[in-house]
Amino acid sequence: MYEGVVQDLIDELGRLPGVGPKSAQRMAFYLLAADPADVTRLQEALQRVKDGVVFCAVCGTVAEKQTCRICADPRRDVRVICVVEEPKDVVAVERTREFTGRYHVLGGALDPLSGVGPDQLRIRELLTRIGVDDVTEVIIATDPNTEGEATATYLARMLREFPGLSVTRLASGLPMGGDLEFADELTLGRALSGRRAV
Amino acid sequence: MYVRQLEVTDFRSWEHAEIEFEPGVSVLVGANGQGKTNLIEALSYLSTLGSHRVSTDAPLVRHGAQRAIVRTAVVHADRELTVELEISPGRANRARLNRSPVPRPREVLGVLRSVLFAPEDLALVRGDPAQRRRFLDDLLVLRAPRLAGVQADYDKVLRQRVALLKSAGAARRSGGGTADLRTLDVWDGHLARHGAELLGARLDLLVELTPHVRAAYRAVAPESATAELEYRSSLGDALPAAVPDAGVNSTGKADVDLLEVALLTQLAQLRAAEVERGVCLVGPHRDDLELSLGGLPAKGYASHGESWSFALALRLGSYQLLRSGGAEPVLLLDDVFAELDTHRRARLAEVALAAEQVVVTAAVPADVPEELQGTRFDVDAGQVRRVR
Repeated sequence: MYEGVVQDLIDELGRLPGVGPKSAQRMAFYLLAADPADVTRLQEALQRVKDGVVFCAVCGTVAEKQTCRICADPRRDVRVICVVEEPKDVVAVERTREFTGRYHVLGGALDPLSGVGPDQLRIRELLTRIGVDDVTEVIIATDPNTEGEATATYLARMLREFPGLSVTRLASGLPMGGDLEFADELTLGRALSGRRAV
Repeated sequence: MYVRQLEVTDFRSWEHAEIEFEPGVSVLVGANGQGKTNLIEALSYLSTLGSHRVSTDAPLVRHGAQRAIVRTAVVHADRELTVELEISPGRANRARLNRSPVPRPREVLGVLRSVLFAPEDLALVRGDPAQRRRFLDDLLVLRAPRLAGVQADYDKVLRQRVALLKSAGAARRSGGGTADLRTLDVWDGHLARHGAELLGARLDLLVELTPHVRAAYRAVAPESATAELEYRSSLGDALPAAVPDAGVNSTGKADVDLLEVALLTQLAQLRAAEVERGVCLVGPHRDDLELSLGGLPAKGYASHGESWSFALALRLGSYQLLRSGGAEPVLLLDDVFAELDTHRRARLAEVALAAEQVVVTAAVPADVPEELQGTRFDVDAGQVRRVR
């Protein structure tokens, strides 16, 4: 235990996800020794993120203005929407540079244990968007875990009401560039049961 | 396969022990509290990564020590593999295979396959249904590791669904709307899908396991009535009605699609009661494996000796089933002979003699039948000594 403010800083840093007590201590002492200008910059960045960041009125991801960069981009196809759980998933799909449509961030997944139902997610906004824009395809890209799969099923049911709309789900299975022998038996088992004709 | 060597450090009561085994019969003899079972437990832990006696790892480490180490050399098909496991409570266990670390301890599963019978197994016959479900599910995973994922998925969906039922029930009682119930259909669907897969796997397993258990019971207790296993599903009458011959179609496998439909139908029928009580009433988590002797349920009707023999038959049956499916597991019999009469002891000795390797513990040397020759170890005062 350190005294007073140093321990306070360690405790605060230790509350961040992925930071254990040892890492928190290391960060705290780095900050203590750091150039005051660096610390001020970090301080300002933290402040700005709490003051300045808004959520995009259209897709719900983090943005600087009322509409995010992707939703404001006229080159992006309005007719294809990729539905994800969190803003970080938008970044993940963007990294592929394969997707030219737009996004919709739900803000989580169905999780009754934590009290998250459809009303806590941005599902109503999605349905409105599909009605207003001339959407032809919705790609459901929720996480392939219990909660994400349940959300996907729920969405698929809701979206059935739109005639002519194609609803797809991301494939799951083996990672690219991997070796079959290193795949764990669960992933490989799932890939085997979801095999397709070539 | 057989265990050639076992070495434990700071495991349970042992500061250090090293035993050289041979194929065939090995008998560990020692007074109560000398640590015979601890050695068997160490072997069993290596093959299942869990203890049959406790659910947490803390009691496995010798009092005052930081971590326990269990190391074995296993010979299978003329190849020797060493497995080492470091058990540190509160932290991730670490495993080594042939002295090199593996990323996850579960990668050493399957190197040593064993079937353990211990006095705790009496609960299989006398205990609540959860014990028997666990017996089936553990055996399932041993045969097809993929099913561990199905079980985990099922448990997660079940927990979510129960949470939803509880909040929906509370909302209904307080006069609120039925907003929560909109997603219940979704959870029903997932519960039925994973549930059907689990249920189907259990039914398939039972078809294969039953003859082995029956034969094992006959071998141990030839004068007693026939042992029968029957799967009691929460589907009740809906199970045979939906799927003829307990879900077994022409391929000899349970029809998972039919089971899924049956589960969904039953869920729909019982929904009002489920919301009312906030409990999930349908699914493999409500099922039981009913054991009976000559038409009477073993639980409540069977004598102590019969219950004991039945529990033993379940383990021996599993052993025979695993044996028929490839690598022969090591048979571990903890303190089993003391509870049996002379006749049954002799019968069990015959079964044990046929195994590639069997490790037996006994408190009194006279309990071990004469026929069970082989190597003998005296376990006393923190020492294991080979005497024969």
